[in-house]
Amino acid sequence: MENLWITFAAFWPTLFDGLVDTMYMTFASVTIAYALGLPMGVMLVATGPDGLMPNRPANKILGMVVNTGRSIPFIILIVLLIPITRIIVGTTIGSTAAIVPLVIAAAPFVARMVEAALSELDAGVIDAAKSMGAGNFQIIRKVMLPESIPSLVRGLAITTINLISLSAMAGAVGAGGLGRIAIRYGYQRFQTDLMLITVVFIVAIVAIVQLVLNVLAAKIDRKII
Amino acid sequence: MIKLQNVTKIYKNSIHALQDATLDIDAGDIFGIIGKSGAGKSTMLKMIGLLERPDAGRIEILGQDVTDFSGTAANTVKKQMGTVFQGFNLLMQRNVEKNIAFPLELIKADKTYINQRVSELAGLVDLTDKLKAYPAQLSGGQKQRVAIARALATNPKILLCDEPTSALDSFTTGEILRLLRDINTKLGITIIIITHEIGVIRAITKRMAVLSEGRVVELGQTADIIANPQHSMTKLLLNVEKNLDGEE
Repeated sequence: MENLWITFAAFWPTLFDGLVDTMYMTFASVTIAYALGLPMGVMLVATGPDGLMPNRPANKILGMVVNTGRSIPFIILIVLLIPITRIIVGTTIGSTAAIVPLVIAAAPFVARMVEAALSELDAGVIDAAKSMGAGNFQIIRKVMLPESIPSLVRGLAITTINLISLSAMAGAVGAGGLGRIAIRYGYQRFQTDLMLITVVFIVAIVAIVQLVLNVLAAKIDRKII
Repeated sequence: MIKLQNVTKIYKNSIHALQDATLDIDAGDIFGIIGKSGAGKSTMLKMIGLLERPDAGRIEILGQDVTDFSGTAANTVKKQMGTVFQGFNLLMQRNVEKNIAFPLELIKADKTYINQRVSELAGLVDLTDKLKAYPAQLSGGQKQRVAIARALATNPKILLCDEPTSALDSFTTGEILRLLRDINTKLGITIIIITHEIGVIRAITKRMAVLSEGRVVELGQTADIIANPQHSMTKLLLNVEKNLDGEE
């Protein structure tokens, strides 16, 4: 235990940098993944057979894109995307470079999360909006999304946690963050104590994200009173 | 005010939801449409509410032939109608105030006007003290009153009620029906109620239509039809009520 404390004190600056890098990768990739995945999820629901604008071909194509994205193992996706990452970021090493595969891995996942959240919505509410003469865009913006917010926040918790773990995996192939520290010191230099500390850090971040977002989801959900 | 002429609607599974249905509803009337489940009541209300288009026949609303209306043209007509549903269909993440304001937001009404209109309507349905409550905190009757206030927000000329009391107990049913009658008297709004309960028809409608297997089998003054039912379906619906009364 004392050893752990000494290691922690000695590596604190490295750990702090790793923490910042992990948070940066996670936050940036969550944000961009939602910017891409949210509209995709909305379109999946809207073009579905019971959607606002049923369109079988569009729905099928979108579904295929999402499924393909989700079925590629992340470690392969990183390698596969190297040329694209180089074009976008200019390098394939470092935390910023890792954001590209993280986003590509998470966006289809977000799309399915959003689809699931919106599908939970009572069809009667949409009927009511239609009967008032609301247009499709108004229904999406003023009914479907706001009514699904608690569900969307719960999905955000799952996505964020997923991305924290993926970002650690990206550490294996040159990205920064806590994953990089765990692999460099724990795996390559047999410093098990440092790896342990890193794992505690990651577990703590996951627990905090889960707790904060779950409490938030419960707090804003007006269905449960 | 509302005219259906030989309206037919066939669904994909070739079920004739409506067959050659003809009826007319006068302005300021409380009109009841009754029938068993699957008789075509909901389809008829969807046609009047422009949520579905007929396969044959003609529909006239507020003096306009709306048979082929869709998109923006249909939405313009829809905004002159309010709908109240069996399941209330309130927005669960919005409080009472915001639910009532919702149709006004859709037409981008001015904020001051929205506030004024919401408090007017809350007074009308007697929910002034519940404006900040969320639907999950309300009773069934209160939820339906919010739904009625919401349906009236844009000053519609027609109020469509889809089984408005079917999810409510008999006491609350009476309360909601009285409210609808008051609204009809005070605001002169035409009200159309579809229901499977003859008691509802008897309580507030002036004229009625009986639907059976997609056809209008009886149409006229409610008092006349109830006193002297002609069609077997009408007799059946009246008998169900009688039998139920006998059991009590």
